[in-house]
Amino acid sequence: MAKAELKANQKTEVEDSSSLKGTLASVFFVGLFIVVTWVSVYYLFVDRF
Amino acid sequence: MINTAAEKIKVDPRDAKLSMAHFFVAFAALAIGGLMGLLQTLVRSGKFELPLGIGYYQLLTVHGIMMGLILTTFFIMGFQYAAVSRTAGTHSNAARRTGWIGFWLMTIGTAMAATMVLLNEASVLYTFYAPLKAHWIFYLGLTFVVVGSWVDGAAQIMTYAKWRKNNPGKPSPLLSFMAVINTVLWIVATLGVASTVLFQLLPWSLGWVDTVDVLVSRTLFWYFGHPLVYFWLLPAYMCWYAIIPKIIGGKIFSDSLARMSFIMFLLFSIPVGFHHQLTEPGIDPAWKFIQVILTFMVVIPSLMTAFSLFATFERYGRSKGAKGLFGWFKVLPWNDARFTVPFIGMASFIPAGAGGIVNASNQMDQVVHNTIWVTGHFHLTAATSVVLTFFGISYWLVPHLTGRKLTKSMNKLAIIQGWVWFIGMVFMSGAMHIEGLLGGPRRSAFSTYGGSSQAAEWIPYQIAQAVGGSILFLGIILVLIIFINLAFFAPKGEEEFPVGEAEQSEAAAPMVFENWKLWLGITAVLILFAYTIPFIDIIQNAPPGSKGFKTW
Amino acid sequence: MHIHKFEKIWLIFGISCLVIFLSVVGVSAFYLGNKPPSCLATINPEKVDETKPFNKPGLHKVEGKEWDYELVYVAQAFSYNPAQVEVPLGAKVKVIATTKDVIHGFEVAGTNINMMLEPGYISEYTTTFDKAGEYLIVCNEYCGSGHHLMFSKIEVVEK
Repeated sequence: MAKAELKANQKTEVEDSSSLKGTLASVFFVGLFIVVTWVSVYYLFVDRF
Repeated sequence: MINTAAEKIKVDPRDAKLSMAHFFVAFAALAIGGLMGLLQTLVRSGKFELPLGIGYYQLLTVHGIMMGLILTTFFIMGFQYAAVSRTAGTHSNAARRTGWIGFWLMTIGTAMAATMVLLNEASVLYTFYAPLKAHWIFYLGLTFVVVGSWVDGAAQIMTYAKWRKNNPGKPSPLLSFMAVINTVLWIVATLGVASTVLFQLLPWSLGWVDTVDVLVSRTLFWYFGHPLVYFWLLPAYMCWYAIIPKIIGGKIFSDSLARMSFIMFLLFSIPVGFHHQLTEPGIDPAWKFIQVILTFMVVIPSLMTAFSLFATFERYGRSKGAKGLFGWFKVLPWNDARFTVPFIGMASFIPAGAGGIVNASNQMDQVVHNTIWVTGHFHLTAATSVVLTFFGISYWLVPHLTGRKLTKSMNKLAIIQGWVWFIGMVFMSGAMHIEGLLGGPRRSAFSTYGGSSQAAEWIPYQIAQAVGGSILFLGIILVLIIFINLAFFAPKGEEEFPVGEAEQSEAAAPMVFENWKLWLGITAVLILFAYTIPFIDIIQNAPPGSKGFKTW
Repeated sequence: MHIHKFEKIWLIFGISCLVIFLSVVGVSAFYLGNKPPSCLATINPEKVDETKPFNKPGLHKVEGKEWDYELVYVAQAFSYNPAQVEVPLGAKVKVIATTKDVIHGFEVAGTNINMMLEPGYISEYTTTFDKAGEYLIVCNEYCGSGHHLMFSKIEVVEK
């Protein structure tokens, strides 16, 4: 049981470092878009009376 | 995998008939609502006037009800009914009968409400804010739609419960689980709107009581109004999480995470209605802010969804040998409408979600509240992410249900439809967002506001909206052509109902996700926490009630 | 349930952003006084014209308050009273408004003054008019067939 778990962990670690780099980059693009949008409208809020 | 062999690959024809009945109403609503939408954008461009003394706001009411309430509710119920039948097994006769009763209740209700709107007795828009007072038949019709949807949803719950009983200790099929979450979300949410309609608006419009408490009514409406949009969104998420992976030939990134995000939607999409009421009097700002915090919680499952979807795509692409950071993106099946059309919807959810976070950001709402930015926002969420996914679903589900095939030429037309929609929406929603930031109000006919220079700046954007609206109307015509083809004329054949599978290494989903007592309990606690004190405040400090007005 | 390392990074980043957004608006609202308009005072909607301060709509100089002027509006389908007003540049003004009939919007286009007017409730917002120019007040909540004809004007002028 413990052995099987160890194996599963090793497998996911290999995946971790290799196969989802594009996903990470993509979601950070999404994150950046959200931050830029939010900050722009917040700037409008601060600028206006 | 004895289980998959037992699983019905094809939706039973008796279930298919009920789903198709829903779709006929849904696409009829799309046709009517779409024409109204086109006319509105033309009127607001200032270059066109409605003939025969038809009122702009009457059209707007029709558009909102057809698109926001009828198209969505009927499509969702029809889709989920089929998805449960496909994954949890054919509905029993009792469940099917229940579904039909629900369908007819909803349809009768729709006809009642629509008649009153056409007679100009209910030009109150689809939000029907008191003290605008519509004809009582309008409110009764809406009640039928809501109650009908409960009965309709009960059919799905019955079949899900039967599956659970026959498969003790096993996690239910993902699509059935998701459908039931959404139905439960809907039932809990509609309690709010049902309360205001049954206990406030109906007796008031019938003349049994003279006045109505406006803020109570609005608060009950928005208790419903935000989960309403998640009720629209979750079927799209069902397709993105559990169907798209199969269409592209990949695997579901994580079945458990998908379930967890759906649970989070159930918990956090309801106790957040105040973020639609941020600029209104009579509600304590501290409670507004508490609900803003809860609103932000509901962003988290969408962040998870974004990751899961990209991960599904990347894994699939890399399995096809794609290299580099974004090589996987190119190998996706762009020639398959079943993928491309919902994909455009997914991509639209990036700006849609970002705009939503702005809307919910407490005092920042003052920049955009009730400006046409908001209209632009929900034309990205509901009218792009959600409906393009619905169209994408119907492109395989309708032929699956009618025993026909999506032909190559229809597939091509469907892809064109998706891109036409995208282009139209860039114009329309883009212009709405900008005009909104400049202060242009939503829900308004063309006006120069007494020659105001600010209002003059809005007009070019209104013309852009009319251009976008016209392109979108072309998109609707294409959808209708494809729908009618798939329902009646496409060649006979077998079209697959794709259902994704999780990665093999993944363990079965924890059974805690199926613990309805737990999740409904937490949902109730969160709702009571977010609403009890402010709601008592609103009732205790209520001003004299309002008489009804018919100002149209 | 296994969560991928990159997904953890993404969720930590995303949730941190949400926390930062909330902190910024929270501090701005509750420590700097930029709460959204949330006046808790009520009024009899049928007796607006007899009730202070709505018996005298318009701009009034006030003494001994945190603001210099009170700008009082009465809304009804499909107009605002007053229809036009001049506000001195740099004046700190409390805008006070209510409606006599249905729900209306009260949005001074291009500013943060944007609030709902609901029968029975008074809406208030205090701000300093620090940019000169002509501002349009629009009704941004549907109120009936003349909704788009419902407006008023504020001129912020140097005096």
